Amino acid sequence: MTSSSNVSVEEQSTVEITLGDQLATEVREREAKRAKAENLLEVRNLSTHFYTPDGVVRAVDEVSFELGYGETLGLVGESGCGKSVTALSISRLVADPPGKIVSGEILFEGVDLLKLSPEAMRKLRGKDIGFIFQDPVTSLNPTLTIGYQIAESIRQHMGLPAKAAKDRVVELLAKVGIPRPKDRYTDYPHQFSGGMRQRVMIAIALSCDPKLLLADEPTTALDVTIQAQILELIQRLSEEFRTSVLLITHDLGIAAGMCQRINVMYAGRIVETGNVDTMFENPRMPYTWGLLDSLPRLDDIRGSRLRTIEGLPPLLINVPDACRFNPRCAYARDVCREKEPVLTVREENHEARCWGTQADGWIPQ
Amino acid sequence: MASGTLAQSGASVVARRSSGVWRDAFGRLRRNKLAMVGLALVLLLVFMGVLGPTLAPFPYYAQDIEAITANGFRPLHPFEPLSMETGHWLGTDELGRDSLSRLLDGAQISLAVALVVQIVVLVIGMPIGAIAGWFGGRIDNILMRFTDVMYAFPDLLLIILMSVTFRNTWLGQQFNGLLLVFIAIGLTSWVTVARLVRGQLLSLKEIEFVEAARAIGVRDRNIVTKHLLPNSIGPVIVAITLGIPGAILAEATLAFLGVGVQPPRASWGSLINEGVRYIRSDPHLVLLPAIAIATSLISFTFLGDGLRDALDPKLKGKQ
Repeated sequence: MTSSSNVSVEEQSTVEITLGDQLATEVREREAKRAKAENLLEVRNLSTHFYTPDGVVRAVDEVSFELGYGETLGLVGESGCGKSVTALSISRLVADPPGKIVSGEILFEGVDLLKLSPEAMRKLRGKDIGFIFQDPVTSLNPTLTIGYQIAESIRQHMGLPAKAAKDRVVELLAKVGIPRPKDRYTDYPHQFSGGMRQRVMIAIALSCDPKLLLADEPTTALDVTIQAQILELIQRLSEEFRTSVLLITHDLGIAAGMCQRINVMYAGRIVETGNVDTMFENPRMPYTWGLLDSLPRLDDIRGSRLRTIEGLPPLLINVPDACRFNPRCAYARDVCREKEPVLTVREENHEARCWGTQADGWIPQ
Repeated sequence: MASGTLAQSGASVVARRSSGVWRDAFGRLRRNKLAMVGLALVLLLVFMGVLGPTLAPFPYYAQDIEAITANGFRPLHPFEPLSMETGHWLGTDELGRDSLSRLLDGAQISLAVALVVQIVVLVIGMPIGAIAGWFGGRIDNILMRFTDVMYAFPDLLLIILMSVTFRNTWLGQQFNGLLLVFIAIGLTSWVTVARLVRGQLLSLKEIEFVEAARAIGVRDRNIVTKHLLPNSIGPVIVAITLGIPGAILAEATLAFLGVGVQPPRASWGSLINEGVRYIRSDPHLVLLPAIAIATSLISFTFLGDGLRDALDPKLKGKQ
């Protein structure tokens, strides 16, 4: 008793620290990492494979990128190139089996999500990482009210009392532009139109002020006018909530309008990455040219055929060591079939994966 | 002022009440005449089962010695002058017990069968089906093979074995020996519901809203209980309703064989059993309970069919 009362203040605090439980140190370490982390999200060498009867499908193959605080990053590519699987991998929602994240790191505020326990990951989902799905029709449960489904996330993560949770839901419904939010609280999804359902999905995704919003083709199921409204809504709310957005789309127009930076994905790989302006001005990969060229233009001759990229993306089983785009590439040479190029810097904030457009390449500017 | 009323009337036009799945389903059910007849008869059975003993003109065990003595020691037949005079409208049995009172008492047993058996079926079938469907793989395999074994086992034999084995235990004494019979019937009839729920979950869990629920951090347990099971409740209700006639019939069969309710109480099945000896001279002793059984079976079947069409309108007319 007497000896302990003699201990000075400094000594006491050190005693507390040494006696501090494992959890406290863990939390402190995590906080330290968080403070150090420059980017909200850093994906490093992420590979997600699917084990099918026909073989291992390398849906996402050594993908790396980072997403800064408050930034909107586009992930662009055609169907089956691994965009959605990348997003699902970040939130660790890949169905296992058959899918499996085989390697890589996903640093979210400096903490590797792949090392978190399933329970810790569950607590993160919906709270720090919001997810907007492609099809608002099947993403809402038809037997539960809209209000319940938005409040579900709030109840899970914020521990608000029922009344406060309801108030927050009504406020969110108003924020995403649902008229008479109080009355619609008890409505069921079938009483909402497609655009309104997607607004509800956005309300769910933003209900706990997430730091990261994964938007997986949020407007693909909607018509063009609604699409514009929804994108405007995502942009406005992400600014208001200071949320970083990973926007997945196959529409370069959307990506150009919404994002600061764009990753172009092809066959499980990132093939070109850079600032929107530099990339659209000077794309350095034939696949990106193809994508840009496929956009219909106002000055097209009426009745003329739309331009496409000939051929299909390769099956991602037993991928050879070659440029994955070479069978469809008009500029392909032997080297493209023999060795896969790596991402190389082309100018500031602009990298591309192509032999032909490198400094010693054969494709003219 | 004028604009105010206009806005108000406009608001009342716009404001609709939430029309849930159930209201829609009931609307469809109401247009189905057979189902409504079934529903009316089911409600009648419920009414009889709940209030029967108080409505009955006599206690089910009371013997009217005077009446059958006056009839030359023979059962009174329905609607005979003597029957109407003594108040035994539907006649009596050979011991002078009022037929109507015994039928009403039997209705209570049938209603209890319908309820208890289906509760047992739900309590066993839903979790087994949900676990098998949700987890899939090895767990699914084990549970479904177990279900197959239960399905292949001869029901009646199992029920009789159970009833006889546990007759003298605590369970066998409950509710006049009926609880044991109900549980035994339930133990042999959960298979359909388990398979149904499993199938529902297998298809439902692939729908995106499950992934969406995961993406906001809902626990697996809550995904199953709050998201998936409510979505599979329609077919389950239909299966339960259509399972009731089977349970009533199983109880009647057992009672006819002498297993289950003990005298002097009688279910409809044991009434038939008692009356079979007098079938030539006093056919009403068999006919009345037989009609009661048949009517309740048909009414539950009609209602079940109607519910199936009402809860899944896409299915209608296909079969």
